[in-house]
Amino acid sequence: MPSPGNDTSPLFAEADSSTLGLVGFVLLAVVLMVADHRGHFLDAIRREATVLAGPVYWIASAPARAGRAVHGMVVDRGRLTDENAQLRQDLLLAQARLARLTAVADQNTRLRELLDARTRLGLQAQLGELIDVDLEPFRHRVLIGLGEGDGLAPGQAVMDSRGVLGQVVEVRRDHSVLILITDPGHAIPVRVARTGLRSIAYGSGSLDSLSLPHIPFSAGVRVGDTLVTSGIGGLFPAGLPVGTIRQVEPDDSATFVLAIATPAAAMARSGEVLVLHDERLQMIDGDGMALEFVGPPEELATTPTAISATPDVEADERPAP
Amino acid sequence: MSLRTRSDSNVYWATLAVGVLLAVVAVPAPLLPFKPFWLGLLVIYWALEAPERMGLRNAFLLGLLGDLLAGNLIGEQALRLTIIAFIVLRLRSRMRFFPMLQQALVVFALLLNDRVVMLMVRAFQGTAPPDWTFWVAPFTGVFLWPWLFLLLDIARARVRPRES
Repeated sequence: MPSPGNDTSPLFAEADSSTLGLVGFVLLAVVLMVADHRGHFLDAIRREATVLAGPVYWIASAPARAGRAVHGMVVDRGRLTDENAQLRQDLLLAQARLARLTAVADQNTRLRELLDARTRLGLQAQLGELIDVDLEPFRHRVLIGLGEGDGLAPGQAVMDSRGVLGQVVEVRRDHSVLILITDPGHAIPVRVARTGLRSIAYGSGSLDSLSLPHIPFSAGVRVGDTLVTSGIGGLFPAGLPVGTIRQVEPDDSATFVLAIATPAAAMARSGEVLVLHDERLQMIDGDGMALEFVGPPEELATTPTAISATPDVEADERPAP
Repeated sequence: MSLRTRSDSNVYWATLAVGVLLAVVAVPAPLLPFKPFWLGLLVIYWALEAPERMGLRNAFLLGLLGDLLAGNLIGEQALRLTIIAFIVLRLRSRMRFFPMLQQALVVFALLLNDRVVMLMVRAFQGTAPPDWTFWVAPFTGVFLWPWLFLLLDIARARVRPRES
């Protein structure tokens, strides 16, 4: 069956497929990639152009939303009642814990006042919703429905109810792109809660594991140890849960231990997330006096390095709260 | 002829719109590596069937759109699609008369080549090398190819008489 269009096209290569054309477009693409990667010249263009992306994302996430809606309708009343009861119980427990925590926090503030230490304790967060679209399978990036207008900035830490999820890498007009802690190009400074050992958890490229290479044998890391953020590097506030060690084995050189951890946060896509607000802004707000900031230099701390968001490189101790 | 071209152009734009949506639509996490390069498949089809629509320039522009939506390096998909379009346009006069199996093999080679290009871009960018699941998508792509080809051919044949 002859298809339309072939009657006009010559038998051999068309004008548009000339090698010169290929070279031209390939060069153009390379120039664009380099410009995007090295300088951040294209950031503004990208921000403006992606305003148009909103409707596309909205349509593309429609099946997932419909799925959730159908689930809500189909799921029977009994299960909803159970779920409700469970949630009530959880809330009660959480409130009880919170009450205790408030007491402890009060005490802590008092003690800090005694010590004349003026570090922030508050953690300001903003609720955002994940948008169900796949940006790219091999880079763990997700999209949230908060953007420039909501005061987001690259480098902000993001967590869900269970632990650290990742950080903001790109802020657009009404969306932002997050890099998950499991992205192979991501690293997060952590501390083993039990022993206090500091290390770095690298993303492994699979959604259910983080890897911690080069832990000395003598550190005594065990399966089941929990990891929390160490606060080194200044991007993630200290003390947030990151994961649990799942597996410990000697590495190839047999001089170090390689530990594999399961992330605490639910890396599955749907749901709500908390975007933590930059604490430094709060610190300066304080009571009119700019506080001495101990940490990485301003321009290093918030570098929106898209791929290698490795806070460890720019690590510098800052006071843990 | 003009009617035919116009109805064809409806199918063309519809497939591009659907392709762009499919490129970002969410699939369950275990199926992620199987997600084919939809835009690549579309470029192959249109460069093969209607080269006056899908030349290097349009492939490039489609790639730019894909880059903006996927949030990757601007120019990456543009480069990949341009290369695909170029190879298809060069092989076009032969590829169109290939039997389906042979055509699918060429498509497979194109998709594999595309992955290599992607790997090169990633390497220059300094991203960690992906694991073996990176190589699964070309298989899904080639598996879908005959169906996509037939579906689009049927769609175009369907649309044509209704408008004339």
